[in-house]
Amino acid sequence: MLDWMNWTPPVAIFFASIVAILMAMTVWEIVSPCTERKGFLPIATTRGDRLFIGLLSAAYIHLAFLAVSEVSLWIALAVSVLWLLILLRWG
Amino acid sequence: MRKVPDNRAWWLVLPVLLLVALSALVPLMTVVNYSVQDIFGPGNAYFVGTEWFRDVLRDERLQESLLRQFGFSAAVLAIEIPLGIGVALMMPRSGVKASLCLILLAIPLLIPWNVVGTIWQIFARGDIGLFGWGLNELGLDYNYTGNPMDAWLTVLLMDVWHWTPLVALLCYSGLRAIPDAFYQAAEIDRASRWAVFRYIQLPRLRNVLVIAVLLRFMDSFMIYTEPFVLTGGGPGSSTTFLSQTLTTLAVGQFDLGRAAAFSLVYFLIVLLVSWLFFTAITHMDRDR
Repeated sequence: MLDWMNWTPPVAIFFASIVAILMAMTVWEIVSPCTERKGFLPIATTRGDRLFIGLLSAAYIHLAFLAVSEVSLWIALAVSVLWLLILLRWG
Repeated sequence: MRKVPDNRAWWLVLPVLLLVALSALVPLMTVVNYSVQDIFGPGNAYFVGTEWFRDVLRDERLQESLLRQFGFSAAVLAIEIPLGIGVALMMPRSGVKASLCLILLAIPLLIPWNVVGTIWQIFARGDIGLFGWGLNELGLDYNYTGNPMDAWLTVLLMDVWHWTPLVALLCYSGLRAIPDAFYQAAEIDRASRWAVFRYIQLPRLRNVLVIAVLLRFMDSFMIYTEPFVLTGGGPGSSTTFLSQTLTTLAVGQFDLGRAAAFSLVYFLIVLLVSWLFFTAITHMDRDR
């Protein structure tokens, strides 16, 4: 059935993790609703805003690693996850 | 007390979300799938990992068209937004004249994009086009098919002609929504024309300007038909914008993997810039 979309395992894992993150965030939001607050980012953000900023910057971090270096992308992933956690906690 | 937002209203968005899921998310996922494969035909694809992305990010031709694209979008915004506000301010407030202005302004918006390209292609020709012929008669050496600067100016002028009315109409509706009491108060305070604009009209226009800037940025960043018809990307590649480079890759060379990687980079740029605009403008009044 998914043949027409030319699925590959890495892409499937990628989208599955995005869905998992969204679901986890939904559950977290239901268990303890968040309020908008101001951290080190120049604007007041909610948890969802910070997740969006984190994911978008993760995409750019990966692209930057690809564009200027030959380093393994696992390092880019580690940097992105770290940055996402910092953003969610103190952003 | 800090306010806790009630998120139940999001259920109302669910039908739209389902529609978007079918019309946008599935194609997007397919593009992501394509971007990591080398595709020779149906059922004949090989996984290549991030090779296309590396390739695309280091391709000079793509970098040049990206720069060109940013230059074009910046020029479009810098001209059309102030011009649109100006036109809206000069339009009559009501009556037959106002209706006439609205109709005249709406005409360029009703013309299909390829027709706009054709109109300007003929209009700007040196031999039979009024614009090109007129400039040449005035002693200017104007030739949009041979001179990159002229080609740029023509494409820019065409976009300004085509889309400034949209900005003007949006601003006009914003201006009409300002209650008269604001102007009466300003008159009592003997506010100058500039003060009325700066402290009454401009702040009240912010919401429509958000929409105008976003629409014009996204549209100009995706521009394809008009320059394709007008200049075909030339002379050389001086007016080849991103979407045309992308089309050449995907449809012309049938290089689906590389084109998919490139469209994802393109998508990320549009997403980032739109988000930056949106956040900057919506947070301006909150932080004040």
